[in-house]
Amino acid sequence: MYSKEVMDHFMNPRNVGEIPDADGVGEEGNPTCGDVMKISIKVKDGKIIDAKFKTFGCGAAIAVSSMVTEMVKGKTIEEALSISKETVAEALGGLPAQKMHCSNLGADALRRAIEDYKSKQGIQTPKAAKTKKKKAKTVKKTRKGT
Amino acid sequence: MKIRYFDHVATNPLREEILEAMLPYLKEEFGNPLSPYELGTRARTAIEEAREKVASLIGAKPSAVIFTSSGAEANNFALRGIALARQNKGKHIIVSRVEHHSVLNSARFLEKSGFTVTFLPVDKHGMVEPDTLKKAITKETTLVSIIHASPEVGTIQPIKELSAIAKENDIIFHTDAVASAGNIPVDVNELGVDLLSLAAHQFYGPKGAAALYVRPGLRIVPLIYGGIQENGRRAGTENVPAIVGMGKAAQMAKAELPEKMKHVKKLRDKLIEGITKVENVYLTGHPTERLPGHASFCVEFIEGEAMLLMLAAKGIYAASGSACSSKALKASPVLLSMGIPASLAQGSIVFTLGSENSEEDIDYLLSEFPQIISRLREISPYAGGWGNTEEKGQCIPKK
Repeated sequence: MYSKEVMDHFMNPRNVGEIPDADGVGEEGNPTCGDVMKISIKVKDGKIIDAKFKTFGCGAAIAVSSMVTEMVKGKTIEEALSISKETVAEALGGLPAQKMHCSNLGADALRRAIEDYKSKQGIQTPKAAKTKKKKAKTVKKTRKGT
Repeated sequence: MKIRYFDHVATNPLREEILEAMLPYLKEEFGNPLSPYELGTRARTAIEEAREKVASLIGAKPSAVIFTSSGAEANNFALRGIALARQNKGKHIIVSRVEHHSVLNSARFLEKSGFTVTFLPVDKHGMVEPDTLKKAITKETTLVSIIHASPEVGTIQPIKELSAIAKENDIIFHTDAVASAGNIPVDVNELGVDLLSLAAHQFYGPKGAAALYVRPGLRIVPLIYGGIQENGRRAGTENVPAIVGMGKAAQMAKAELPEKMKHVKKLRDKLIEGITKVENVYLTGHPTERLPGHASFCVEFIEGEAMLLMLAAKGIYAASGSACSSKALKASPVLLSMGIPASLAQGSIVFTLGSENSEEDIDYLLSEFPQIISRLREISPYAGGWGNTEEKGQCIPKK
């Protein structure tokens, strides 16, 4: 079912853990659905010098997290943002159709970690601002409900 | 690498003796049982002999056994066949929430076709309480279908008690005995059921052969129309080799049942004792009223498919009811209906034992599995606890 690369990254995941003094942390997913990815990054001079992950999920989810953290190391923030579910899946030699959402989660968790880094640095990008707005909306909704 | 197979509820290997019994009917004895010449009558005789053996396994009259292609077909046949045959009496049927998909989805089909369906809740062990059934019965109820033993959590339902309630109210009672027949004693009269489904590959027979027991005199509407096979109740040229295999499998299962039960129960108890020693691992299903070869658990903070893959890498084959291990990406409705939180249900793992498993297999499993759990927990962000996961929204897989 899974490619050699997926099995390799699942059986021997790279970069497992949390960076204690991380510059950005992003989490995506929900354990009731089966997958949660938490990615932390360390940034120096605009470059991601380290990335680690913790993942609750299936084989594909763990392999995706491992691959994303490998891909992102040494990249600038802008380069890292270009990592998508397609590029991750491609690097893993493909994913079964019903597991593509794992790849998406990986790219999203990374994006959140970068957003977190940017907001800590006081950098606002149109994309981050948009997501923030969305978040605020959700909070508002919840408050209305209670 | 040696394979240790702990997934007997998925299917069983075909026994050598059974294959031998089938082979002539895949070769020279290829006749159609309806043909009047000898080649045909020999096939006909082979089917009738198989019918006697299958009937004997469940304490039924041979004429009450209808061969089908699968347990799913037998379940579809029972639900639709009885609901339609009795629709002038009423249009309400009752099933439990822990049924196999073939029962649940047949019930949903009937719901769409104008019937009313009650899905009975279960207790934390996955058991239907007789009182719950009593309360669900209406004047319109014509059929109750409750699974004999759960393939997911192993719980054996109090069928005798439940069928008695149906009988008192002049309601037909069906039980899906696919996971139980050939694994524990199953007797249609002892259980008091009107219909019962069973499948050959659950007791070392071939796939593609199953049966529905229909109490003599009970009218059932066919699922498959056509010729006069199976007395006009199930059309289609019979799968002679598979039916012969089912007969042989039933005969062997009956003869070996007490010994098999003793063997797998001993292994199961050892397995449960060993695995529940690991922290935050819980047995699912009933602690005592369960299939003798069935051990199912939920392991906290990790996911089932990942466990299956790591076990498979060690030559251990098992099953899981987690969302990721299902093609539909949904956690097992059986676990959820027992009140198990969705996050914990992701850590479902099921080991089902068979005659060929040895004590050494269990020792091997017990030496490997705890390491796999700790390895995956090292990767998991929840190793220290779930925290508040409720507020994270709905499960909508992103495209």
